[in-house]
Amino acid sequence: MRHAEHVMGTVFSFDIRDGEPEETARALGEAVAWLHRVDAVFSTYRPDSPVSRLGRGEIGLAACPPEVAEVLALCEEAERATGGYFTARPGAALDPSGLVKGWAIERASALLDAAGLRRHSVNGGGDVQLGDRPAPGRPWRVGIAHPLRPGAIAAVVAGAGLAVATSGVAERGAHIVDPHTGAPAAALASLTLVGSRLTAVDAYATAAFAMGGAARDWVEAADGLEAFAMTPTGETWQTTGFPRLTG
Amino acid sequence: MRRALLAVVVTTIGLVLLLSFKPHDVTAVAQPPSALTQQDSGSGRQPSALTRSDGDGDEHGDEHGDDDGDEHGDDDGRGTVAAPTPTVKKSPSARSAAGGATGDVVDTRWGPVQVRIAVSGKKITGVDVVQYPDGNRRDREISAVALPTLKEETLSKQSADIDTVSGATYTSEGYIRSLQSAIDRAGL
Repeated sequence: MRHAEHVMGTVFSFDIRDGEPEETARALGEAVAWLHRVDAVFSTYRPDSPVSRLGRGEIGLAACPPEVAEVLALCEEAERATGGYFTARPGAALDPSGLVKGWAIERASALLDAAGLRRHSVNGGGDVQLGDRPAPGRPWRVGIAHPLRPGAIAAVVAGAGLAVATSGVAERGAHIVDPHTGAPAAALASLTLVGSRLTAVDAYATAAFAMGGAARDWVEAADGLEAFAMTPTGETWQTTGFPRLTG
Repeated sequence: MRRALLAVVVTTIGLVLLLSFKPHDVTAVAQPPSALTQQDSGSGRQPSALTRSDGDGDEHGDEHGDDDGDEHGDDDGRGTVAAPTPTVKKSPSARSAAGGATGDVVDTRWGPVQVRIAVSGKKITGVDVVQYPDGNRRDREISAVALPTLKEETLSKQSADIDTVSGATYTSEGYIRSLQSAIDRAGL
């Protein structure tokens, strides 16, 4: 079963390969409801969202749904792990959006798992959490969008149970800023990070993109992460374990 | 299959549109890497990793492709990239007299969009955008690039063995919605 849901300013795509139609539809409904709940709580575009109100100091953390504290703790963890290249306060205001989407996708994937629908992929605006393989003996194949050639695929990640996130200049309307210089990160055209859980993988991909060339050593040193990157001139590099993930 | 086809086009449109909309940005970053590789500048400021300024609701990521064929990224040491180069053809698409469907007219922030697909068997053999925003130079530039590439990608990527796509996936809702309705009508 496939489903596309417009939420959080982008489209989430579900691809579920197992389960009876009725149970699949029910679990899908729960996952979709979850995404809308996340949007309502965390949207910085909604002035009345708990996160917006928290950011303005109108309410305290205790008055927010418990997920807010959970996400802010994850943000702090990501800040530490990335040497500050990830932050939940990109401007003056609180904005955990850089972590929330990956976290929401990972949780939606977990909801499907809990419903017994293990063969699935969840893609939120180009960030992907994969469940079990779609069919016995067949991996999921995740195309990595080529940042310089419209419509082309730069590489293919094949596997199951993986999280794949790509950060790049091609994300229209988005500018990833190096927090240590304040300048737009421009050393890379895109960076794809592959790991197992999208919360960290998505946040780290953003941070690694901001690191530029230094991301390579950082990812090499990190456990359970591999990276593929392309520079604005079309040169690519990958970490040593990345070839094992390609199909 | 239906969604696979749509997804292929979605990906294409998304990439084309975003590149079209940001020609200067794309050009601007095609410069030698600046001094961003430093791990810590010791600026003393609170770090700020990212600023997202999107939010116009017109972007989407939604792509699937589910068929056979092969596109592979190289996995040798240097990680050179094997990617198909979309051929941008400016010739008009073939309209199949035998089969096809016209999608809804969908209003976007840039203007109305309507697509028509030609179908032979169970395959899309042509895509026409019969209405598109052309109110200014930028609109026309976008359309000039997006439409032929869209067609090319729709036709060639039906065989791409990709389940989903990671990366830049923004696109125009209008194109997708009109395309979806056309695909629905064609019964693909």
